[in-house]
Amino acid sequence: MSIKQLSIFLENKSGRLTEVLETLGQEKINIAAMSIADTSEYGILRLIVSDPEEALRLLKNKGFSVNMTDVIAIETPTYAGAFAEALKHFSDAQVGIEYMYAFELDNNGIIVMRTDDRQKAFKIIESNKLRLVSGNDIFKEKK
Amino acid sequence: MIWNKTFECMSREEMRECQSKRLIETVQRVYHNVPAYREKMQQAHLVPEDIRSVDDLHKLPFTVKQDLRDNYPYGLFAVPMSEVVRVHASSGTTGKPTVVGYTRKDLATWSEVIARTLTAAGAHKHDVIHIAYGYGLFTGGLGLHYGSEKIGATVIPISGGNTQRQIQLMHDFGSTVLACTPSYALYLAEAIDESQYKRSDLKLRVGVFGAEPWTETMRKEIEEKLHIKAIDIFGLSEVIGPGVSSECEHQCGLHVFEDHFIPEIIDPKTLEVLPEGELGELVFTCITKEALPLIRYRTRDLTRLHYEKCKCGRTLVRMEKCTGRSDDMLIIRGVNVFPSQIEEVLLKIDGLQPHYLITVDRVHNLDVMQLQVEVEQEYFTDRISELQGLSKKLQHSLESALGIGVDVKLVEPKTIQRSEGKAKRVIDNRKLN
Repeated sequence: MSIKQLSIFLENKSGRLTEVLETLGQEKINIAAMSIADTSEYGILRLIVSDPEEALRLLKNKGFSVNMTDVIAIETPTYAGAFAEALKHFSDAQVGIEYMYAFELDNNGIIVMRTDDRQKAFKIIESNKLRLVSGNDIFKEKK
Repeated sequence: MIWNKTFECMSREEMRECQSKRLIETVQRVYHNVPAYREKMQQAHLVPEDIRSVDDLHKLPFTVKQDLRDNYPYGLFAVPMSEVVRVHASSGTTGKPTVVGYTRKDLATWSEVIARTLTAAGAHKHDVIHIAYGYGLFTGGLGLHYGSEKIGATVIPISGGNTQRQIQLMHDFGSTVLACTPSYALYLAEAIDESQYKRSDLKLRVGVFGAEPWTETMRKEIEEKLHIKAIDIFGLSEVIGPGVSSECEHQCGLHVFEDHFIPEIIDPKTLEVLPEGELGELVFTCITKEALPLIRYRTRDLTRLHYEKCKCGRTLVRMEKCTGRSDDMLIIRGVNVFPSQIEEVLLKIDGLQPHYLITVDRVHNLDVMQLQVEVEQEYFTDRISELQGLSKKLQHSLESALGIGVDVKLVEPKTIQRSEGKAKRVIDNRKLN
């Protein structure tokens, strides 16, 4: 089980980010989490939204380079060190994390990540009883 | 000083006779030895006997760069390969370079015209000539080299690159003449300021600069910063390389060594020969070359010709500094670049479309080319590493196709302006005119 993430290619020009966010806002699409990976010339905006299919369609229509990928989201408690415990399972198994970001939901931490080995990542989650989060979990109240 | 008064100062009438004799002989030779030329002449219903003097030159068909490509590599050579002692090449489109060949006599001719060039610039056998043009397939380095030896100067064949070492050796070896591209001269000037040496530690007095277009403003800047006389020299490998024409100490136009290369100015649209003083495309006919005697070769450079005698005593026709091109070729750091070459590279890489924009700037006196290219929707992924891989791959392919580094910038789809007619692919901010 994984959640859908949207990635949008953005040139480093002022106004581009706002344009993406406004497009989604006008159509009442909620954003639960976002991160921007940046280089000196462009960035990749990554979003977890309430209706990824619709958001993808809207952004494509606006001419953005956007794609949808499956990413893994897991829940961690909020005490100090909980994050490290969760990640240690991955590093112990030598599963690389290509990128990740985190946000808070219902007093829990949510880690969104893309690993270099999906199957292995799921096995780690299963065997260590980490809690996987789905899109429905995130937007349960808002829907 | 004048290296060869006989040819450089002969009367216009004598020059005409000399050119006529050599042209007739050349046309005979290419007609019989080069099938491509014979076919062209036959198509124009011409036999060699129709060319009786330079007045008949305009009857001959033109040669263009495409002819060199069509006959790649040696098809236009007018001598057997056993007579060819050297080959040079310049980067060309479609991955094929433009190949030029020289017989032993051609190399002697080349040395002769470079000797004239250097003498016109004021160099002599007591000079130490620092040749920072690239050595190798490019005609710049080796072209200057043998002519410098011919006048008896001391040659430092340092070639391009490693600026700090250039400055150190310029100092240690007492270089007096600098040969390189004008933009590199300016770059050197700044590097000298930042080095441990002062300009007064160096003995430089003259520079011979060519292989790329430059302006009077740049000349002033070079002369002020390097405290030298900056002389414009001109050439193209198809004709011989450097040594086709050169300024003298009066810096009032480039004397064309027309006893070897007859210049004409044509209207690039009608292809008619234009009268003296009118701006048009420069065309050369090689009348002494053995290996590659190109007939009415269209250079695509735009300039004017002036026939009045120069203050220096030379009677040779003078061409103005080239002010532009009749095609879309760019000259970046002395290297010829056609937008079509870039287009071809783009088409070969998945994920990229030939929607691109080339921006050329001169940053710290060096040409910098930036290529903006749109990333296709289909190719785009959520990984930075893949995008960076894409731009690296493009950068690498461009460098191997063009021979120069290109700064690649990925942009969003549909952000490069589409135009209905001919797309604007190039923004040249160098202000060379």
